[in-house]
Amino acid sequence: MSELVISGLRGGPDGKEILRGLDLVVRSGEVHALMGPNGSGKSTLSHVLMGRPGYEVTGGTVTLDGVDLLALPTWKRAQAGLFLGLQYPTEVPGVSLLDAMEASLRARAGGSSLPVPTMDEVAAMLLAEAERIGFDERFLIRPLNVGLSGGEKKRNETLQLGVLTPKFAVLDEIDSGLDVDALKAVSRRVMQSAQTDGLGVLAITHYNRLLDELRPDVVHVFVKGAIVASGGPELALELETTGYEPYARLAPDEPTPIGSGRPLLDPFADPFA
Amino acid sequence: MAVRQRAAQRVEAGALPTSAVEVWRYSRIDSLDLGRFGQPMSAIPVALPPTPGSPAAHIVVRNGSVESIDISTAAAAQGLQVRSAAAVDEDLDGPGADGAQDADAFIDMALALSHDAVVVDVPANAVIDGTIVVVNILSASDALVATRLIVRLGVNSEAEVLERVVGADVASLLLPMAQVSLGDGARLRFVTVQELGARSWQLGYQHLVTGRDATLRSMNVALGGDYARVRTDAVITGTGGFNELLAVYFGEGTQMHDFRTLQNHIAPRTTSELLFKGAVEDMAQSVYSGLIRIGKDARGTVANQTNRNLLLSPGASAESVPNLEIENNDVKCSHASAVGPVDDDLRYYLELRGVPPEDAERLIVIGFFQDVLDRSPVKGLAEQLGQAVAAKFARRSA
Ligand SMILES: Nc1ncnc2c1ncn2[C@@H]1O[C@H](COP(=O)(O)OP(=O)(O)OP(=O)(O)O)[C@@H](O)[C@H]1O
Ligand SMILES: [Mg+2]
Repeated sequence: MSELVISGLRGGPDGKEILRGLDLVVRSGEVHALMGPNGSGKSTLSHVLMGRPGYEVTGGTVTLDGVDLLALPTWKRAQAGLFLGLQYPTEVPGVSLLDAMEASLRARAGGSSLPVPTMDEVAAMLLAEAERIGFDERFLIRPLNVGLSGGEKKRNETLQLGVLTPKFAVLDEIDSGLDVDALKAVSRRVMQSAQTDGLGVLAITHYNRLLDELRPDVVHVFVKGAIVASGGPELALELETTGYEPYARLAPDEPTPIGSGRPLLDPFADPFA
Repeated sequence: MAVRQRAAQRVEAGALPTSAVEVWRYSRIDSLDLGRFGQPMSAIPVALPPTPGSPAAHIVVRNGSVESIDISTAAAAQGLQVRSAAAVDEDLDGPGADGAQDADAFIDMALALSHDAVVVDVPANAVIDGTIVVVNILSASDALVATRLIVRLGVNSEAEVLERVVGADVASLLLPMAQVSLGDGARLRFVTVQELGARSWQLGYQHLVTGRDATLRSMNVALGGDYARVRTDAVITGTGGFNELLAVYFGEGTQMHDFRTLQNHIAPRTTSELLFKGAVEDMAQSVYSGLIRIGKDARGTVANQTNRNLLLSPGASAESVPNLEIENNDVKCSHASAVGPVDDDLRYYLELRGVPPEDAERLIVIGFFQDVLDRSPVKGLAEQLGQAVAAKFARRSA
């Protein structure tokens, strides 16, 4: 049983504090859905968790089985077992999926007593995964994501998840751009990982469609950089009718901009005044 | 001897260029001391580069002298002729009318000093199987060496030429000149791989002439040398002519690779596609300066020019200067240039998958060159060159 513990997490890109004190615990085999309005900071959360260049943590902690993830460089967070499927997967010219996965698995073996897999073994793993989610095998040797359609890129992210077998996966709108069949294949694949390999999932999504197959244990409503409500799967359905409007007032206050009109707190003032 | 004599007179009369002249801007010409170089004396042994399976011909030129010419019986039967010009003592035309075109003191010098030339003739309609390999060796100390390679393809003929410029660790200057002409409908694949010693200088010149409906696919690879320059004038003289001009260069230490290109479109409906990609690490420098010139009769022409450079160390630098000169409005032209470090987003994506940053960067750098290497006109080189690039990257000082 593994545990990803996020507490009081604050931070964002270029010194902007988009996350405003986020608390969340995900355990092995659990599926959490994170839903929130555009621009509320969901993708920011994913990048702060992974340590994207230019993103800063201004407060809080993130641990995976007690290991302080925030102290590690991105690649070691990944090797520690945290996976991020990007909302907009990056095109990497000239680097094949095979090369990337081989380099990752080699690095993993280097840090343990695992045998280093051969190129052929990695290729076989990729082929097996591609088959499971109906991903065309010619993409395996083509440059990563280059020229792929939106939906193909999302399948590619899922394929990598299947090969790397992490402990936790943050999936940022893995459903966007997928056709009906692909959506089924992808969400089933993730659900299988959760059920049989104990993958813990944090699925960021705007749509209930995904959650038909990828059945969440918990649904979180995320507004202005923090979770403001959590509930069972019914919460996702409720959101369809209510929208996020009722949750807006629950959001944490805007941080005080430096030099704004609001007076600074006076430490000697009467606290009961 | 008239051509060479006139060139020699121009060399004596004229002064050497300085970096104040636009085409020599950013170059290291100001630190050239010609007085340091003499005649090539004794040659230091140099390992020959690997040759492809069954070459059509194998020619070795050592310190400016043609040492051996081997032609396969199959290629000879297909009509291939290769000879050394000194052996027949003929007066070969210089580039352009008389070598005088767009004067460059080093073109004149190469003409005047090259006492031997390799002449490759492919008769009309001949299709030569296999690669014509020319190994050009610079292995004499403190020497000034000029070489000439002349490749002439007859109407509707086809051939593949690979020139490998290699050397010992000598502080010498090589002036390699290539004059290439394609008759109507001819197809030539032409690759030059430069792996000179780290103290050697090169001032190279390529004059490429493409005739009607002819197709030239060329690539320059620059890995060696201290200061290594190649000027390429690629002119399309016949309607429907097509040029692909590629280059890969990678500088380390204090190397400088310097490319000047001219895509000169004279005839209508001609096409040229240029893609030059380079990397610099340590304190290395590179220059790319290119001009697309579209003549007044070159209607319906397409000309593209792309130069991309990767800066792999804080001390490395690259200059990229694209230019257009258009005298006809019915054309499609584009140029793009970029100089910058490895993209953070690419490294981040690979790191997200658990790839350590050094491995990520190596994959990205090799990947950066992959599209050019994949388009290499001479097949079977890509893997060798990919390894050379990886080795360069591995030597980078942190
Ligand atoms: N590099 C950046 N610099 C400044 N602001 C940024 C940067 N990246 C994102 N933001 C801002 O941070 C806020 C949160 O963006 P984020 O991408 O995390 O939203 P999201 O919840 O994922 O939205 P969506 O549902 O549309 O994907 C937005 O207002 C966005 O404009
Ligand atoms: Mg987002």
